[in-house]
Amino acid sequence: MKQSLLIIFTILSLYVFSQENIKGQLHGNFNIDVQQYSEDTIIGASKPSELILMNAYGNFNYTYGNFSAGLRYEAYLNSLEGFDKSYNGQGIAYKYLSYKNQKDLGIIVGNFYEQFGSGLILRSYQEKMLGYDNAFEGVKVNYSGIRGVSFKGLIAKQRLFWTVGDGIVRAIDGDFSINEMFQLENNTQITIGGSFVSKFQADKDPILKLPENVGSGAARLSLSNGGFMLSSEYAYKSQDPSSDNGYIYKNGEALLINATYSAKGIGVYLSAKRVDNMSFRSDRGQKINNLNINYIPDISKIHTYTLASMYQYATQTNGEMGTRAEIMYKFKKESFLGGKNGTEISVSYATAYDINRVSANDTTAIAIKGYDGYKSNFFEIGDELFYNDLNIGLHKKIGDKFKLNVEYLNQTINYEQLRGEVDHSGNKMVYSNIGIVDLTWKIKSKRTLRFEFQGLFTKQDKQDWAMGLIEYTMAPHWFIAVYDAYNYGNLHSDLKIHYVNTSVGYMKNSTRIQLSYGKSMEGVICVGGVCRVVPATNGFALSITSSF
Amino acid sequence: MKKLVFILSVVLFVFTIQAQETSIPNVEIKTLDGKVFNTSDIKNDGKPIIIDFWATWCKPCVQELEAIESVYKQWQEETGVKIYAISVDNSRSMSRVAPFVNTKGWEYEVLLDPNSVFKEAMNVVNVPHVFLLNGSGEIVHQHTAYADGDEDELFELIKKVAKGEKIED
Repeated sequence: MKQSLLIIFTILSLYVFSQENIKGQLHGNFNIDVQQYSEDTIIGASKPSELILMNAYGNFNYTYGNFSAGLRYEAYLNSLEGFDKSYNGQGIAYKYLSYKNQKDLGIIVGNFYEQFGSGLILRSYQEKMLGYDNAFEGVKVNYSGIRGVSFKGLIAKQRLFWTVGDGIVRAIDGDFSINEMFQLENNTQITIGGSFVSKFQADKDPILKLPENVGSGAARLSLSNGGFMLSSEYAYKSQDPSSDNGYIYKNGEALLINATYSAKGIGVYLSAKRVDNMSFRSDRGQKINNLNINYIPDISKIHTYTLASMYQYATQTNGEMGTRAEIMYKFKKESFLGGKNGTEISVSYATAYDINRVSANDTTAIAIKGYDGYKSNFFEIGDELFYNDLNIGLHKKIGDKFKLNVEYLNQTINYEQLRGEVDHSGNKMVYSNIGIVDLTWKIKSKRTLRFEFQGLFTKQDKQDWAMGLIEYTMAPHWFIAVYDAYNYGNLHSDLKIHYVNTSVGYMKNSTRIQLSYGKSMEGVICVGGVCRVVPATNGFALSITSSF
Repeated sequence: MKKLVFILSVVLFVFTIQAQETSIPNVEIKTLDGKVFNTSDIKNDGKPIIIDFWATWCKPCVQELEAIESVYKQWQEETGVKIYAISVDNSRSMSRVAPFVNTKGWEYEVLLDPNSVFKEAMNVVNVPHVFLLNGSGEIVHQHTAYADGDEDELFELIKKVAKGEKIED
């Protein structure tokens, strides 16, 4: 497969070369991350025997009229600490050929990514920061020849490091814009959609009789009228005993509802979800981030400040019920609270609990392998708290020279549930208060100084933290930044550590180079509710990205 | 490995002999109210176009769009430029994009790319990433990351493009 694709790719390139009057285009990008490791036993930074590790890739996409072809070369020599060592090696990890006529028909063979609706039953994507890549390898067709309607269908296997997984995924999806189909002129926009996904994996279990074909379906609706918008999706999955759910024979369900209202200067966002036994992989025996067919979005607020993201939430696919509400408001310019430039405030609250579970019948306990598992009342919230986050933010421009961002957070996290172990002080729950002040000072044209002050206060885990950051930017090319994260509250005096890190960066057009040196904390990086554990490191790091 | 070197050299050869001017790839993304939007419909009657990839959780992205917002009217009057702000928020946060944008009062054409289809087709690695297209829809400049004051440089380039001048990157 790999070889023949490459040959076709070459022929296509040569063909293009011979056609002088039609322009082909080649575009792509590079990303190189190199880290040098020094040992630091106090922070827990280890020194791998390679001393230096690298993750790198380059994408090449070639387009010629309606045809395109591309490949991604990846090299993990060897993969950075914290990434799965199964990536070690190098080669062409992604390649495709595609045809697309102007509007209605598209065909792709080889690798591709896809998402149906919000992803509850199908989403393949890549996130290099997480080392996440569940790309499909197979065939996909989409058709949108009927006004307001678009269809997609695919049959494929999924990427597992340098190979593909066992299972085969078969999937179709339809999207219908009611207003366009019937050329309605009213103000309410209605879009409905539906999808069906089935996976096949042979049953080789000596004891259990496992379903070889597992089906799932989802229906979605979005409505909008003026400033109101509602979008929702419901998904159902047939019995799918797996290592995630302890091999129980129970169906899965998920519901996601988002409602928003907004007008100039005000926005309201409400979200609710329920997930029950919705882990869905093309190999029932896989774990962690491998071979997921679906993606259950996490509805907690995304935090990007270092200390605010220390205790992040991740989607619990086995079961969770969560809600979130947020209000954003902008006090107008020249008003009492708005001042000269206006003031923005936001208040957000998010919470997530377990679902309730009772025995499926009188004779079996909850979640026994090979049985029905449990019964769960759709509307009843479980007792176990997973996550709580109250967040108040203020954003203001002061005069022409200063910009101020202030945030307060109150977070509760079920550390044991999320990390699979108690925290560093032996607690199950971690309660924290976090304060952040971020001030940007425009010294003069193209010269900016930015200060960050962060504090995290907790009686659990590693106790209190303080952090300061100074960043000096010389637009358009250079920046330099220094931060110190200080675990001053740690109960062990030898663990009251300063994590000092310096970085310098250069940017030009679509190229960015960054070199940093120092210590970084162990923690968890999460993107979209999918997380990766990051070990503590000490040393130099170089990062280069470029697009063309 | 030999094959790879061969392929890459062929590709690079083709690359060097081809003209560099480009148009944008044709993929399907979504409007804020959930309709399918074809990226071949990114148009501005022969005037310059900016395509800005951003996300609600990306602070430099938001800073850049805020900085441009305060001068956008003036930019439009002088050059007729139109800005497409492509949010790469995934299904976790994409419903939040509309209230976020409206609270800020942004006047851009905001579109949703929740599975990064358009982002990857445009070979964007990190956000923010800005593309400047000339009146014929060809990419004439791109820039990643944001530093205070970058918008002034961008405007100088837009003015050149609006006058039909060439840009030397």
